Amino acid sequence: MTRTRWIAAGILALVLMVALCASVLAPAPYAKQFRNNTDNAPSRQFPIGTDELGRDRLSRLLYGMRVSLLLAPAAALISTMLAALIGGAGAYLGGRWDRATVLFIDLFLSLPWLFLLLTMRALLPLDLPALTSVTVTFALLGVLGWAASARIVAASVRSLRESDFVLHARAAGCQPWRLLVHHLLPNVKPILLAQFWISVPLFILTEANLGMLGLGVTEPLPSWGNLLRELENYTALRHSPWLWIPLASLILVVSLFQFIVAGEEYS
Amino acid sequence: MRSSKARINRRSANKRGAGRLSAAIGMIVLLMCACNRPTATGGELHVTIKSDPKTLNPLMAEDAASDVVRYLTGGVLIRVNRKTQENEPELASSWTVDENGRRITFKLRDGVNFSDGSPFSSADVVATVNAALDPNLHSPKADPLRAGGKAAVSAPDAHTVRMEFEHPIAGIERLFDEIAISPERMAGKADSATVLGPFSVSEQRAGEYLLLKRNPYYWKKDAEGHPLPYLERIRLYVLGNRDTELIRFRQGDIQLIDNMPPDLYEQLHSEDASAARELGPSIESEELWFNQVARAPLPTYRKAWFRSRNFRRAVSMAINRDDLARVAFRGHATPSFGLLSPANKLWFDKNLKPQQYDPNAALELLKSEGFHKDGDVLKDKAGNAVSFSLITNAGNKPRERMGSLIQQDLQQIGIQVNFVALDFPSIAERIMKTYDYDACMLGLTNVDLDPNGQANVWVSSADLHQWNPAQKSPETAWEAEIDKYMRAQASTLDRSQRKADFDKVQEIAADQQPMLYLVDKNALVAVSPKVKNADPVVLTPQTYWNVEYLSLSK
Repeated sequence: MTRTRWIAAGILALVLMVALCASVLAPAPYAKQFRNNTDNAPSRQFPIGTDELGRDRLSRLLYGMRVSLLLAPAAALISTMLAALIGGAGAYLGGRWDRATVLFIDLFLSLPWLFLLLTMRALLPLDLPALTSVTVTFALLGVLGWAASARIVAASVRSLRESDFVLHARAAGCQPWRLLVHHLLPNVKPILLAQFWISVPLFILTEANLGMLGLGVTEPLPSWGNLLRELENYTALRHSPWLWIPLASLILVVSLFQFIVAGEEYS
Repeated sequence: MRSSKARINRRSANKRGAGRLSAAIGMIVLLMCACNRPTATGGELHVTIKSDPKTLNPLMAEDAASDVVRYLTGGVLIRVNRKTQENEPELASSWTVDENGRRITFKLRDGVNFSDGSPFSSADVVATVNAALDPNLHSPKADPLRAGGKAAVSAPDAHTVRMEFEHPIAGIERLFDEIAISPERMAGKADSATVLGPFSVSEQRAGEYLLLKRNPYYWKKDAEGHPLPYLERIRLYVLGNRDTELIRFRQGDIQLIDNMPPDLYEQLHSEDASAARELGPSIESEELWFNQVARAPLPTYRKAWFRSRNFRRAVSMAINRDDLARVAFRGHATPSFGLLSPANKLWFDKNLKPQQYDPNAALELLKSEGFHKDGDVLKDKAGNAVSFSLITNAGNKPRERMGSLIQQDLQQIGIQVNFVALDFPSIAERIMKTYDYDACMLGLTNVDLDPNGQANVWVSSADLHQWNPAQKSPETAWEAEIDKYMRAQASTLDRSQRKADFDKVQEIAADQQPMLYLVDKNALVAVSPKVKNADPVVLTPQTYWNVEYLSLSK
């Protein structure tokens, strides 16, 4: 690991730690409405002000980060594993299996997932607790978000399958299982890792977009998604620069992920 | 030479003086003329409609955009003055209602022409009303008229029209505010191009705009006898995005905005207070109701809560409506009194008081019903924790804020609310078909000020009787009583008796609270300083209800 990656990972770990300690660090409960202090500017009581319902923005940011930073990697893990399984297996088996996998991936990518997500949310029970609802949303993202990664994994496995060292291994009588575990997987690992790190910020942003459509995290639970909704009011942004903080923190985290993925290029 | 020069100079000076005098007189005459003329004539007013009109046939107008076109182009027999809310003669110079509300006779205005120059007569009215009543056309504008049973429309002479109905129709005059008269040859298939209103449709580009041009034969004149309307054209831009609408207003590309959302109003007000105008409570309210449908797929104990008058009243008491108005609507709403807003000047029951916020009294009321607190959780007699889901449509910010506020208010008395914002089709599916929901929060727009306009919500057999729609017979005694008073007010012409009957409906509704009226939204509009004679009102169209008198300064 390069120095840049170590620094990025260190800062990210710090951010994650802060988010995990939200219940200790937050000045107020994230749902508590101070109704006489709506849209307040930063003060000692409210370090980055209050939102339109008078809720402490810092507390909501900390809890929101915790929700997004815990669930987005979990969703990314699900999608990367599915990508490895479907894309990798199809390409490894080759022939008609490979063609079928490519067809399946293309079909999956062409489906209107936004409408499917809307339908799925509408089908969920209404009395689902907020935390369960957000977990289900991220799980859905994980289950549905594997196709693009699978295509890359499949391409990589396909080229490895035809490479000289695999041919040599086969010629030397290497069993398929051993070939997969000892020769192919170690070579695909960097690609899987990159797909994982790319998927994490992607899912955070997708949740933010879904939040705009009423999907995802339900009130009063905060997430980066519903915190970013305040950016819709561009007039307020001019007068209240502290409204940029959730976006700035998201950009920071996404950038850290990118440094981890492509750290060598910055070293 | 000197004297001669002096004489010449004096003469030329005299000539100059006479010239100046005549110029001055000319200026005065011009100024006097100018004073008698409107502030400005001509020009093109730009406003927006949220989508393309679904139809240009005024009898078929149902969506908001089609209705705007109908209002701006249609000539009607009687106009409801959007400011005074009184009926005013328009194409009918007078009318009489007799036979206990079964017959209405109109005397038509003389010398009126359609926008193509053809004369207007009673034959046009007969043809239009017959087309509207034709069940094959199924005009939504004639639904209330069809409630009068069989109708006979006749024209005893060129300036008289008589309509007789099988049953009396209370407030029948107001219904003609919606029926735009078309030429006889086009009745039922009119396209708003040949009209009796101030403007006619000139050009339409789907998804872009609809251009209306001045009707040169429009009959109305201003107080000085100048022909109306003052404007030459109106361009209705098709623009669904409210943020973009505001940006274009700021750029001067749009001159009027109706029904502004509170957040956008605040933005404009902070930049240009004179352009942003708040008109007080409108007739649009926000409501919450519990699902009382017997066949709804809900646990029996929940249905019992929702059917309990005291449960509904307690929930209502525990909601802080002042906060809803102040926080959710940024102060641009007013706590509701009941099913009518005070903006409905004629029919609002002044004896009603707004629901007081009192969580302690709410808890006491719940205790009287067998509910009890177990720690922070409210439980019913059987020990079920009281919680319910509250659905609303995603994307409506004030409504989403209200949901969060209600969530916290009810948490104080131990009720847990799962607030879920869904896309609108999912909500419609749940509240109209599957009945798979606990409580719903939406807004209702009263399009008709008359109590008959409330029949589609308050009569127990109505489809929009949301808490328990389309009942074959009233399922509760109080619903039967509401039905009785709704029928009573619809069957008399005595306005004070109608008012007394409808007051009873309002009082029963306030007592039973099948709908928890939360706030009445304030009417918020934007008017460019360029627009002269604008006099915004709370009824739609708020800023251009007096469109014939509007003009643009240069």
